[in-house]
Amino acid sequence: MKITLKVWRQKDAQSKGRFETYTLNNINEHMSFLEMFDVLNEELIQKKQEPVAFEHDCREGICGTCNMVINGQPHGPMRGTTTCQLHMRHFKDGDTIVVEPFRARSFPIIKDLVVDRSAFDRIIQAGGFISVNTGQAVDANAIPIPKEVAEAAFSAAACIGCGACVAACPNASAMLFVSAKAAHLNQLPQGKVEAKRRVQAMVKQMDAEGFGNCSNVTACEAECPKEISVVNIARLNREYFSSVVGSETVV
Amino acid sequence: MTLDGKVPTGTLAEKWTKYRSTVPLVAPHNKLRLEIIVVGTGLAGASAAASLGELGYNVKCFTFHDSPRRAHSIAAQGGINAAKNYRNDGDSVRRLFYDTIKGGDYRAREANVHRLAEVSVNIIDQCVAQGVPFAREYGGLLDTRSFGGTQVQRTFYAKGQTGQQLLIGAYQALSRQISLGKVKMYNRHEMLDLVVVDGKARGIIARNLVTGKLERFGAHAVVLATGGYGNVFYLSTNAMNCNVTAAWRAVRRGALMANPCFTQIHPTCIPVSGDYQSKLTLMSESLRNDGRVWVPKKLEDAQAIREGRKTGNQIPEEDRDYFLERKYPAFGNLVPRDVASRAAKSMCDAGYGVAPTGLAVFMDFSAAIERYGRSRASTLGIANPDKQTIIELGERVIDEKYDNLFAMYEKITGENAKKMPMKIYPAVHYTMGGLWVDYNLETNIPGLFAAGECNFSDHGANRLGASALMQGLADGYFVLPYTIGTFLANEIKTPPIDTNLPEFAAAESETRARLLGFLSINGKQSVESFHRRLGRIMWEYCGMARSAEGLTKARKMVQDLYAEFHSDVFVPGSMDEYNPELEKVARVADFMELGELMIVDALHRNESCGGHFRVEYQTEEGEAKRDDENFAYVAAWAYHGMGQEPELHIEPLNFEEAKPSARSYK
Ligand SMILES: Cc1cc2nc3c(=O)[nH]c(=O)nc-3n(C[C@H](O)[C@H](O)[C@H](O)COP(=O)(O)OP(=O)(O)OC[C@H]3O[C@@H](n4cnc5c(N)ncnc54)[C@H](O)[C@@H]3O)c2cc1C
Ligand code: SF4
Ligand code: FES
Repeated sequence: MKITLKVWRQKDAQSKGRFETYTLNNINEHMSFLEMFDVLNEELIQKKQEPVAFEHDCREGICGTCNMVINGQPHGPMRGTTTCQLHMRHFKDGDTIVVEPFRARSFPIIKDLVVDRSAFDRIIQAGGFISVNTGQAVDANAIPIPKEVAEAAFSAAACIGCGACVAACPNASAMLFVSAKAAHLNQLPQGKVEAKRRVQAMVKQMDAEGFGNCSNVTACEAECPKEISVVNIARLNREYFSSVVGSETVV
Repeated sequence: MTLDGKVPTGTLAEKWTKYRSTVPLVAPHNKLRLEIIVVGTGLAGASAAASLGELGYNVKCFTFHDSPRRAHSIAAQGGINAAKNYRNDGDSVRRLFYDTIKGGDYRAREANVHRLAEVSVNIIDQCVAQGVPFAREYGGLLDTRSFGGTQVQRTFYAKGQTGQQLLIGAYQALSRQISLGKVKMYNRHEMLDLVVVDGKARGIIARNLVTGKLERFGAHAVVLATGGYGNVFYLSTNAMNCNVTAAWRAVRRGALMANPCFTQIHPTCIPVSGDYQSKLTLMSESLRNDGRVWVPKKLEDAQAIREGRKTGNQIPEEDRDYFLERKYPAFGNLVPRDVASRAAKSMCDAGYGVAPTGLAVFMDFSAAIERYGRSRASTLGIANPDKQTIIELGERVIDEKYDNLFAMYEKITGENAKKMPMKIYPAVHYTMGGLWVDYNLETNIPGLFAAGECNFSDHGANRLGASALMQGLADGYFVLPYTIGTFLANEIKTPPIDTNLPEFAAAESETRARLLGFLSINGKQSVESFHRRLGRIMWEYCGMARSAEGLTKARKMVQDLYAEFHSDVFVPGSMDEYNPELEKVARVADFMELGELMIVDALHRNESCGGHFRVEYQTEEGEAKRDDENFAYVAAWAYHGMGQEPELHIEPLNFEEAKPSARSYK
């Protein structure tokens, strides 16, 4: 396959970026999208030019590291698929593909397609945990949890922290990410104890990081590679308001 | 030199309990004055950093990733073992201990393995308390399944994403300590050297990967939890950025590397499809609960499948050879990984492979789909269900159990493995070898500890499935927080470590010179191309089958490659910027040195055991032939540079409880 790539190049956070065009002539349809970038980088290195900086690690759709906006869509055209799991068989010979970094005020660009998503870590640090020390646990089967509840918590916990929801949202809101963490922990009996404090603390940190407000566009759900549901956002909103109303412990 | 594993006295079953009640303690007010560096935020590192922070120590934690949650542990699929015996199927601490020792082909230290089995039960409790959503039964209690090398169901799981859920649990515990100020987290910082002062590990040199600057960090003790080195083979199931550099830099400062040739080849991975391939994808061992492995009985059928004239579905039952069930009736498809991998390789070598490359066997789910379908139909009260209904119901059960695995297979290969048998082939997966540590998880450098996959401690010559997650969390949550006290109890008077000491300055300038050296070569070939070539040598000569002749040749090849690399590699950009190629070049250089040592180790071990298969040492049926008389020891190597003879140190292994016997799964 012949593929033309228009790729965002930006030297560092301070510099201005621009698109560069590259043509690749020998792309195999069984290659993954990132393997195509490996080929591009190998060609650039052969020409002693700077390869395109992009992030990746597991290449199995689970670590959440890869992050490209492909033809305007975070992680590209396939539903429920990360950039690394996207294969070239979904493109056509002769296609031109535009590749950009995830763009959001709270995700500053480091270089080319690499952005800083540490704001997500700080949201989890604010309250995305259950306060239990090592060694304090009771027997694992002491608290039976209905299968449906465990599975609902699991579905929310499947979030890989990639940030596609933020990149997809016109307001760059992080509500899908935050609501997934709240839904994971707040549904479980172990997590209920701190639910109110957790919700308030994470929302407060989210605002402090400069993420936008949620205006129910639901583009996040459509682009989320783990198909996290916007139902979680509605639940988070309910929990947030009920935690603020009538609470003495607003954090 | 003979090494002392510092195994406590007493019977095996009471060692750990006794040790814990007699180990020197560090008082709470003293903990507040002590600093610990933890490198790595995988299961081992995150759990260690969080637990040490909870105890009151001041922790500095490092990862080269952009976030602690990205560590390679996130990719583990199938599950985690624990001797809970919730199923009442006869499991016990003793049985888990015994299975692990036997699974490791009697090349692990008994006392460590027994401790691992003991704390396994606490891990599950801890994880559930953190909110890890393990699979559950309808009654609300935890579900388990089987993994290879065992006859009980002791594997806890969260669909095919167990590692992710466990790591998020540990990451959340770590995040809590970060918010409490007990752990200071350094993302995007890569450790490039260990600083040793007066013989003790006192700090590290790390490169800030965003600015490119080298930074010095001091602490009273250093813990490495930096994962395995499977990527020395280039193609493996490990994440792309996994590397040996942290451990290897410690080796170059005097730490010993134990059993480096013990690598695990996992039987069930998606086969290689082309030269551009960057990594291999695992299909979890849990699938062997339900998948039956086979090849056609007739060579002509195999050939027809390879040439695309037939599919697996067209081969009638009587023409299929379920070779694992045939060869190993007692364990069937659930034999340990080394055994299953070698069996698959020998079938393919004999011409029965089913992929165009000749390198694949089938794993078939049709029987399981039918069995589950019938059972579900009867639960739902459907009398006399038709074939279609049975298959639909059965496929639904398979989805519930393995969800993302089948989806992942389809994304990569474009085939639906519920309809067509899955094609699989062995691939490099895990490294049992690693930094030598004693019972305290302390290396031979005082104050330097190693946890998780980067140490050699528990799996001998072959790791059983679902026990790496167990070991990582055991080390981090329940072992290291105690054992590190043996060293730190003597350090309570030591003031904070001053990073202006000459040892820090020297380590920093050596690291800088090394990196600038790579940049100045200015050759013609990419780092990646050298890595691929190294991988090919290692796979060919130090992979699934090894021989003295091949290994001797391979050592020379690695040395030549190393020389070529140092004269012709090209690294773009500069040191003081975000520069992924510079990160890679230093890692690949370390992989080459490690590769040489693996070859030396494989060549010296004149026996076959676990994942180490020397063709000269096999039984008539082609099984591994161990030599307990001469090789019942840990080989720990000091390495001084490419081409120089590494020095062998030996830790003899004594078996009090699990007496070595021929390892049979028949
Ligand atoms: C695909 C796959 C599936 C698996 N499935 C299972 C399973 O089902 N059950 C099971 O028990 N095991 C499984 N394993 C094995 C298991 O996942 C690993 O052995 C285990 O997770 C290793 O954990 P760790 O904490 O030791 O290291 P890792 O998780 O690899 O973490 C290493 C950490 O060290 C950091 N690091 C490394 N070097 C440096 C440096 N120089 N400077 C700074 N930071 C550094 C990294 O950033 C990372 O944070 C699987 C492995 C693979 C590849
Ligand atoms: S909610 Fe989805 S898109 Fe957002 S971070 Fe999680 S996995 Fe990524
Ligand atoms: S590289 Fe891990 S999710 Fe894409």
